[in-house]
Amino acid sequence: MKVIIIDDEPLARSIVKEYLQSKSDVELVAECNDGFEGIKAIQQHQPDLIFLDIQMPKINGFEMLELIEEPPAVIFTTAFDEFAIKAFESNAVDYLLKPFSKERFDKAIQKYLQHSDITSTQKVIEAASQTPAQQNRVVVKDGNKIKIIPVAKINYLEAADDYVKIVTTEGTFLKKRTMNFFEESLSAFQFIRVHRSYIVNTQLITRIDPYEKDGHLLLLTTGAKLPVSKAGYAKLKEMLGI
Amino acid sequence: MTNSILSDKRLRLFYTAWWLIWMLLQYIILRQINIDVLHAITDSIISNALLALCCFFISNNMKYYRPRQEKYWYILVVSLTVSFLWILAQQGVMWMIFKEGDNYNEVIRASWGIRFGAGFLLISSMSMFSLLWYSQQEQKESDSRQTEVERLSKEAELFKLRQQLQPHFLFNSLNSISALTGSDPEKARHMIHQLSDFLRGTLKKDEQQWNTLEEELQYLQLYLEIEKVRFGHRLQTEIIYKDEILSLKLPALLLQPVVENAIKFGLYDTIGEVMIRLEAIADGNNLKIIIQNPFDPETSQPLKGTGFGLSSIQRRLFLLFARHDLLKTGKDNNQFITTIVIPQINESQLMKKDLTQTEIQDWLSKEINDRIIYKVNQSIDKSFNK
Repeated sequence: MKVIIIDDEPLARSIVKEYLQSKSDVELVAECNDGFEGIKAIQQHQPDLIFLDIQMPKINGFEMLELIEEPPAVIFTTAFDEFAIKAFESNAVDYLLKPFSKERFDKAIQKYLQHSDITSTQKVIEAASQTPAQQNRVVVKDGNKIKIIPVAKINYLEAADDYVKIVTTEGTFLKKRTMNFFEESLSAFQFIRVHRSYIVNTQLITRIDPYEKDGHLLLLTTGAKLPVSKAGYAKLKEMLGI
Repeated sequence: MTNSILSDKRLRLFYTAWWLIWMLLQYIILRQINIDVLHAITDSIISNALLALCCFFISNNMKYYRPRQEKYWYILVVSLTVSFLWILAQQGVMWMIFKEGDNYNEVIRASWGIRFGAGFLLISSMSMFSLLWYSQQEQKESDSRQTEVERLSKEAELFKLRQQLQPHFLFNSLNSISALTGSDPEKARHMIHQLSDFLRGTLKKDEQQWNTLEEELQYLQLYLEIEKVRFGHRLQTEIIYKDEILSLKLPALLLQPVVENAIKFGLYDTIGEVMIRLEAIADGNNLKIIIQNPFDPETSQPLKGTGFGLSSIQRRLFLLFARHDLLKTGKDNNQFITTIVIPQINESQLMKKDLTQTEIQDWLSKEINDRIIYKVNQSIDKSFNK
C-alpha cells in the first residue's frame, strides 16, 4: 500500500518513517512539509493512507483534506490539542498522540487494515470545520492555486447547484458546501441569509429598498444588488434593530 | 446600582403598614380631643400621606448622596428643611379643603408645634435608617467585588500554571527526542538536557522576580535551540544587543512567551524559512525590546488590539506598572513588530540598602498590590461618578 507523511517537523516525519520500515508491504511515496505539498503529492500518487499533522503552516490538516476530491484514509499524528481531538476522535481511522510508541503505531496500522473505509474521512472534515481555527477563514481552490479567504473579506455567498459561490472583492470562488452549512458557520460573523440563495455580510449593507410586492433589494458598498425575501427581511430588521 | 429600600417586597409591606398605623394613631388622638369623625379622618390621611411622601423623598435622596464621615449635620439640616416643607404643605392642603370659617383650621394652626415635632422625628429617623441601609448595601457590593477580584486572580494563577507546562511545546519536543534516539542518540541526549534546563527554568522562576537581560537571554536561547531542532532549517533567529545593556533588568519569564508567540505566528502564517529578529536597546530610562516576525498580510485577520497570545503579556505589564502603553504592535511590509518597553525600577530603592532577594520580592509584590489597589479604587471612583 502507498503511504504519504505530511508534517512540518522533519523529526516528526522521520519517526513515522522509521516505524514504517518494518512493514513489508508499505511503500512510502512522499514526505511533505505542509498542506500545499500534501495536496500535490496526494493528487500525484493517489495514496491509500496518509499520516497527517494538524497544526501546519498556512492551511491546517483539516483544511488540506477539504481541498481534496477523494481524500484517502487518514491517521492523524498530533501533539495534545483538545479542540482537534474532540472534532475527529469518533471519525478518523485513528489518531496518534505525539510522542507515540511503536506498539501504538502498529495498532493504528492494524486498525486501518481491518476497516479501511475512507468514507469516514468525509465525516472528519465536516466535524473539523467547526473548530475555532477554521471558523474565521475559508480555504478554496482556484484552479491549481489555493486561496485562504478571511471571513471579513467575503462580500456575499450565492447558491450554485452543489456549490456555493463565494464573492469577494478579489473575485468569485466556488466551494462544495451547502448554503445551510455557511448560514450556520458564518452566523457568528454578522452574516445573514437574506434569501434562499443569498447570504450577505451585513457590514457591507448601505441601502435596503422595497422591491416588487413583498420583497426588498439590498445594495452593498461594493455596488452589488441582492434580493431579500420576506423572511430574510425580518431577520435583517432584527439584526440591524429597525 | 444599589438596591432601593422599597425594592424589597417585605419592606414595602412594612412601610405601608407603618403609615397605616400612624394614621390610625392620629385618628384616635384627634377623636380623644373631641374632633368629629370627618375632620379626624381627613386630617390623619392627608398629614400622614404627605409625611410618607417626604420620607420616601429623603430616603431616595440618601440613595444618591450620602454624607461622608463628619458631615452628619447634613442629615439634620435636610430633615429640618423637609419637616418644615411638610408642615407648610399640610397646613396649606387642609386650609384648601376646609376653607375659611371652619374652626378646625384653628385647631390645625394651633397644633403646628406638636405636628412639626412628630414629623421631624419620623423624617430624621427615616434618613438615619436610609443612611445605614445604603451604607450596608455599599459594603456588600464592595465585598462581592473583592470576592470577584480574588476569584479572577485564582483563575489567572491556574492559567499561569497551565501555561508554564506548555503542553504543545513539551509533547512536540518529546516527539523530536523520540525520533532522535533512533538516528542520533548523542543529539537526543543533548536535547533532553536542554529541555530539562528549560523546564527547570520555567518552574524555578518566580514571576515577580526581576532578572538581568543576560539571564533572560540565556533562558531564551535554550528555548530557541529546542525549537530549532524541531523545525530544522525553517527557523532562523537573530538577536541583537550591546554588551553594556546586559545588566538592565526585566521581569522573569516575560520575554520567552513573546518570542514563542512570534515563532508560532511566523511559522504557521508563512511557508519557507522564517527569520525571527530580536533587538534589545536602552531607551532613556527604559529597556526596549523589539521582536519581528514575518506574516502574510493577505490571509492574516486584521489583528484587533494586540492579538491573541500577547494579551497575557499586556496584562502582566499592566499589573507590574499600571500602564497600558508598554506593549505595542505594528506592521511593516510583511513583518509583524512587537515592541515592549520595560521601565527600569529605581535602582537606589532596590540596591542602596543592599536588600536581600526576598526583601526585593516583598517590596515588588507590595508595589504591585499598591498599584492594583490604586487602580481598583480609581475604577470604583469612576463608577461612583457615573
